[in-house]
Parts: sequence; C-alpha cells; structure tokens
Amino acid sequence: MSAHEHAAAHPVHRNYVMIWAILVGLLVISVAGPFLGIRVVTLITAFGIALVKAYMVAKNFMHLDVEKPIIHWLLAIILVLMVLLFSGLAPDVMKDSGRNWKKDAGFHTLPPAAEHAVTDEHDHGAKNH
Amino acid sequence: MSAHTIATTRSAMGIPTGRLAVWWVLCSEIVIFGGILVSYIMHRLGHPEWGHQAAHTNLWIGAFNTLVLLSSSLSAVLAHQAAEQGNGPKAARLLFATIGGGATFLTVKGFEWTEEITHGMTIQSGGFWSYYYTAAGIHATHVLAGMVIMVFIAMAALKNRDLHRVELVGIYWHFVDIVWIFLFPLLYIAK
Amino acid sequence: MATRPVEHPHEPHAAVAGHGHAEASFFKKYLWSTDHKVIAFQYMFTGMAMALIGGFMAYVFRMQLAFPGHPVPGFGVVSPGEYNALVTNHGTIMIFWVAMPVLLAGFGNYLIPLMVGCDDMVFPRINRLSYQIFLLSTLVILASQFVRGGGFGGAWTAYPPLSAGGQYNLTQISATMWVIAVALEFIAFLLGGINFITTAMNSRAPGMKAFDVPLVVWMIVTASILFMASVGPLIAGAVMLLFDQTLGTGFYNPARGGDPILWQHLFWFFGHPEVYVVLLPALGIVADVMCVFARKKLFGYRTIIYTVIGTGILSFFVWAHHQFIAGIDPRMANVFTITTVVISIPIAEMCFLYIATLYGGSITLSTPMLWALGFVAEFLIGGVTGIYLGSSGADIYFHDTYFVVAHFHYTFFPIALLGTFCGITMWFPKMFGRMMSDKLGKIHFWGTIIPVNFIFIPMFFLGLAGDHRRIFDYSNFPDLMRPPLPALRILATVSLVVMWSFQFVFLYNFINSLIRGPKAEKNPWRSNTLEWTTESPPPHGNWAELPIVYRGPYEYSVPDRAQDYWPQNEPA
Repeated sequence: MSAHEHAAAHPVHRNYVMIWAILVGLLVISVAGPFLGIRVVTLITAFGIALVKAYMVAKNFMHLDVEKPIIHWLLAIILVLMVLLFSGLAPDVMKDSGRNWKKDAGFHTLPPAAEHAVTDEHDHGAKNH
Repeated sequence: MSAHTIATTRSAMGIPTGRLAVWWVLCSEIVIFGGILVSYIMHRLGHPEWGHQAAHTNLWIGAFNTLVLLSSSLSAVLAHQAAEQGNGPKAARLLFATIGGGATFLTVKGFEWTEEITHGMTIQSGGFWSYYYTAAGIHATHVLAGMVIMVFIAMAALKNRDLHRVELVGIYWHFVDIVWIFLFPLLYIAK
Repeated sequence: MATRPVEHPHEPHAAVAGHGHAEASFFKKYLWSTDHKVIAFQYMFTGMAMALIGGFMAYVFRMQLAFPGHPVPGFGVVSPGEYNALVTNHGTIMIFWVAMPVLLAGFGNYLIPLMVGCDDMVFPRINRLSYQIFLLSTLVILASQFVRGGGFGGAWTAYPPLSAGGQYNLTQISATMWVIAVALEFIAFLLGGINFITTAMNSRAPGMKAFDVPLVVWMIVTASILFMASVGPLIAGAVMLLFDQTLGTGFYNPARGGDPILWQHLFWFFGHPEVYVVLLPALGIVADVMCVFARKKLFGYRTIIYTVIGTGILSFFVWAHHQFIAGIDPRMANVFTITTVVISIPIAEMCFLYIATLYGGSITLSTPMLWALGFVAEFLIGGVTGIYLGSSGADIYFHDTYFVVAHFHYTFFPIALLGTFCGITMWFPKMFGRMMSDKLGKIHFWGTIIPVNFIFIPMFFLGLAGDHRRIFDYSNFPDLMRPPLPALRILATVSLVVMWSFQFVFLYNFINSLIRGPKAEKNPWRSNTLEWTTESPPPHGNWAELPIVYRGPYEYSVPDRAQDYWPQNEPA
C-alpha cells in the first residue's frame, strides 16, 4: 500500500505523519463501506482494512520489520494458537442447532427412575461434571 | 536497595531486555484478547439475530474513537523518535499527548456507554451487549493501565531519565491500538 | 572440550550485600525485598503452608468417605455443603497455591539467576509485585472459606451453570471470591513468568550458550511459556464467569444465547497445558538431581529439550479429553483421542532417557536421589493409566469416577510432593547454609512413598467398581457399599493419615536443620552447576564477581580427568 519509508537499520527514518494519514484514509473507507449496502464489500472494507491497518501499525510504529526474527516467530505462533482455539471451540460453541440436534435452553426433569430405590434429594436433574 | 541489576543489562539474545519482556507481555495479552474475541466471533457468527442488537451501536462515535487512538499511536511513536534523539522533554510532551488521547477515548466511551445504558442497552440486555461491554471494557482497562504507566515514564523522561522506556510503553500502546482496530469493525461495522 | 573464546564484558561488580548502605531492616530484608532468593522463599513457604491446609482438607473429606456421618477428629461432622467446599478447595489450593508457587515460582525464582550466573532477575521490583499479588490471592481464597455459605463448592473446574448461579452452588459469595483469587493468581504468575523467561533468555553468563543451561532452567522457562500461552482464554472466560455470577449476564446460559460448554473449553484449553506447567519443573529437578547422584552426563540432553518443546506444543491439542462425555462434537472426540494417546509417547521417552542416564552411573542413594527415583516410578504408573482415560471409548465409563482421581493423583503427587521434596533436599544446603539430616530424610521418604500407593491404588478399583466423583456419602448407593469397596475407602483414608504423620518428620527435619544443622560448604554434592560456586547461602548479588562459563552443565565422570565433575565456571 504505502511505499514512502525506507527500512534502514536502527534508527529507522520514516515519515510517521504520512503513515498516520494513510491510516486515517483507510478508516474513512472502512466507515464508508457499509453505506454501499453490498455485504461482501462491507466485509472487505471492514475487516480487510482492519488487517491492513494492523499490519501498518505493527510494521511502521512498532518497528516489527527491523525487529529480530525470534519476535516474529513468537507472534506467529501465538496467532496460530488463536486460530487453533477457534477451530477447537467452534464445532461445539458456534452453532445452536444442526442436523438432528438443537441446543436447548433449560434442564429437563428426568423421568422417575424405575430401578433405584434411592431418591436424589440434592440436584434437580442438572448435569454435574 | 539496588533494583538495577546486572541481569537487566545483559543481552544474550541481542535484544534489549526491556523490549524482549514487552513482546512477551504482548504475547500474553494477545491470548487474553484472543480468548474474548474468539468467543465473541463464534457466538456472533452463530447468532445472526444479534444483528438487531448490534444495529444500535454508534458508528460515528466508534470511528471517532478509532481516529483518536490512531492519532495517539502517532504521538507515541513520535515520542519514541524524540527519545531516540535524546530529547527527553519533547518525548515527555508527546507522551502526555498520547495520554490525552487515551483520556479522550475513555471519556467519549463514558458518554457513549451512558447513552446506551440509559436507553436500556445494558450488559444484561442481550448476548451481543454482554460481549460488547465486556470486550470493550477489558480493552478500556488496558488503555487506562497504559496511561498510568505512561505517566511515570513521561515524568522520568522530563528529566531525561530512562528514555529507553518510551519505546517500550509505545509498543504496548500500539498493541492496544491494534486491538481497537479489530474491535471497531467487530462491534460497530459488522451489523 | 576445548576452551571457547569468551569475551570478558566489562560489567560492574555485582551489588554484593553492603554496597555502602546501612544494614536493611527486617521489613526491608524479608518482606519488601527484591532479592530473588527472598522472593523464592516467600513463595515456597506460602506454598508449603497452603499444602498443610489443602492436605488437611483431604484428610477431612477422606475421613467422611471412609466413615460416613461420623464426626471427623479436628473438624466435626461434615455436611454435604462442607464436603463440596472441601473437595473444591483441596483441588484448587493444591494446584494453584501449592504446586505452582513451590515448583514454578519457588524453584524458578531461586535457581534461575543462580544457574545462569547473574545477580538477580531482570525485573526485581516486578518480581516482588508478583509475590504481593500472589499473597493477596492467597488471602482471598483463604478468606473465602469463612464467608456466609462457606467455601466455594462448585468443584475446582467451576463449570457453569453450577458455578455461575448462587441458587445452584449455595456458596454465592465464595464463588465470586474464588474466581477473583484464581484470576489474581494468574496475574501473579504471568508477571513472574515474564521475569523467568527474559532472565533465562537474555541474562546468561558470558560463555553460556542455550544448550549450556541446566535442564531445570529450560523446563521452568518452557513451563512459564506454556502457562502464558494457555491462560489467556481462561482469563477472558473468568471475567465472563464473574459477570455471569455478579451482573446477571448470560455468557454461559443457553437461555440467554450462551453456552456452558464454552467455559469447559476455555478452562481445559488452559487446564491441560497447566498440568505440563507443573510437571516440567519437577522433571527438571529430577533430571539434575539424577545427574549429580549418578555422576553421569544427562542422556540425550538436547533430545529432552526438543521433546519437551514438542510435548508443550502437543499439549495444546489434547484438551477436550476432559470433555469426552460432555456432549462435544464426536468428530472432535476422535481427534482428541489420537492426540492424547500420542502425547504419552514423548513423556514416556523422557522417562526412558532418565533411566538411561542412570545406567552405568555411579549411583549414590542419597535422599534427593531416592525422591528422584520415586518420582519416575510413581509418575510412570500415573502416565500409563492416563492412556485408558485418553481413549474416548473407555473414558465413557471412566469419566468422573475415582479412576480419574487415582490417575491424576499418581501424576500430581509425584509432581507436587516428590518433586518438591527432591528439590528441597537437594538445594537446602545452598538455600540455608546447613545440611539436612539424611537419616530423617530417608525415613520421611519411605514413610511417604509407601502409603501413597495404598491411598491411590484402591481408588483405581473403586473407580472401576463405579464410585463416582464428588459424592459425599456412598451409603445411599447399595451397589457401592458391597464389600470390598467400603474397606478400600477405609484403606485409602488410613494410608492418608499414615502418610500425613510422616510429613511431620519432614517438618521437624526442616526446622531443626535450619537451626542446628551442620554448616554446609559451597558444594557438598560436588555438582557442576553455577549455584554451587558461591557461598551457602549466597549473598545479596550472588557473587562478588559474576562467573564466566566454559562448558555445559553435565560434564560428570569425564574420562582422563582426576575429578569426576567439572564445574561450568572452571577454566579449562
């Protein structure tokens, strides 16, 4: 997107104000996007631009481009971990119903147990794990 | 009592210790925000009807706050530049500008939330709102914490002391900005 | 083993005690210190005190299980609500307030700066802050036992809706205090972890390359990284639980669009790496002790490190084996079964590497070595029983029975107790400048390790027979009262009391040695690592002149050398 800075060895010399201006411009576009009414466009302007803005802040303001590789590795692994978190949780948490199943709001009272002579005086059918 | 140890000055990894530590702190923060955001995204994707609640967030206030934080990131990185040049007082002024940006952000948010709460959109009133206040609340706490730390660093910078810390608090601040860069579309645009 | 060229940095001399200041007051020296050694002791003593409390809780509820309805000596009659509070807080305290502070924060704080050859941690004031936050968390969890309703009774796993609704758990105030205490403890350890990681990465002595660092430091640092990477989602989840408890939100309430299983996932995403967080320091302590008392190089040092890193990564892929019957997507159950069974491989491999370390060594069965051997033996039993539980088919039966309890105690007990005693008996001379009684140490060892098996082996059978967890009184279950089950419960309880009584041998040994033990020299065990090159106990600042390192930590019994050890800081 921007090509105004030259990444040099520390200390870097770049035009921070210019980068800020670009960021603000991107913000304007992302705000304008929804007004077009096209869902895909909104998604791209909202999240695509967010990614670009984040990248620009990380690279230019946090000087990640001249940072040592170990830091890149750390960040990459942590972000992958978040993707893993999402993939591990989504099958259970994301949807409320699917093929032949539905998440129900309440707890059902169990039908009276036939064989057990014992009454359960404490819980009310709530699952306890 | 000596709290400046030789340990702090060593650098076997080639990165100054303070900066290495700040990156580790950011890693731990990414996981915290990751947790809340992953939970939110999953629920939001699975509950399209939350769009009705989300429609009530104020896009312009959100955009303004984004502008404020972006600008405060600018002043933070300019503060770093000043610190690198050895100009403590200038770095301190720019840090105070950053703190001002944070204060503006929090104040605007205060008004925004007051408006929403008095119109019945409280943290309990719906799934979307619960996540809205929780995620933005955790973020706001980090903004506040950053501001507090910045005050101490700016006061030291005024006397040209510990100027290396200006960069470190800046890195933290940029991270807080990046979290908001994602919160903004998640909470204000995706309706 | 040629000398390596080492640049001699022009470092200022360390701030050895004195430095022109007047002698510090008691407060400054012991309660407000930034010295990593003092902070280590603060963590350790707090952890050991909490072990007494957590252990007492176990005694009480086991007495209730063995002799239901009878008043427990030292406590009285146990009500169902009190039972729930006891089991919940026993688990919570033992993991978060005993194992972690002693193994991770205690040994980490003490050993890391000494073993990498620097004068303190990188951020001593943050170190002090981390203990203060930890102390606050300790006070909160202790206070929660005395509020109206009693201690939190929703199990250490705190699943909602039970944990979210006061009308369900009947311990509304302590439920909130529990969440706050655990959250504070997390923050304390995040702060501490930053110190450990940064110090070990950056502040190594000149000449100390990454693979010259003793294994215990590698392990503690890896554990800190695992902790930091896994606890974040749970912190987010804990905030959500707190809001559900206090603000009436519905994050975990299906009626409000939430999902209880979200908590389960967030909890176990942390919970599983957490067990490796506590395991790794113990593994590290055991390895270093074994090398010293077998006078042998660690077999496969680099392999162990790569294995540990691999295990750490893999530990993020196994968490849902705690949730097999919770109603998770069965396709995920498939995946998690495979990953869980696979993760046993690197751990088993490490145990074999330890055994290989012993092979051909010149073994001295000192007290630390006995603890180390005991650790490997007991942990192996714990590990193999995990395979049954990791297989989702078998777990359908085993989940929530005493089989699980026996499995995790066979792993946790070696970690939290055997590993701790191994470390304490090993480093006591360095820490306190005195020698512990070896004879009392051995009595303590046998008096601990034999009864422990009689506590938990019966539980495997009880679990197989159908004893569910978290049941206050089995008298209502006729199937579970037929012989020999009640007798097994009594056996477990009696063994616990026996094991408990031998801990007083340790307490006596510890305190007596502290006051009257024979003075320890610098390096009584003739070990290679750097902490043994300074005084016992080390002064503030650790060394007058910081050491320079010339070789790895495991050069024992090097051929053609007169001495059977070769300290890291000795020039060639």
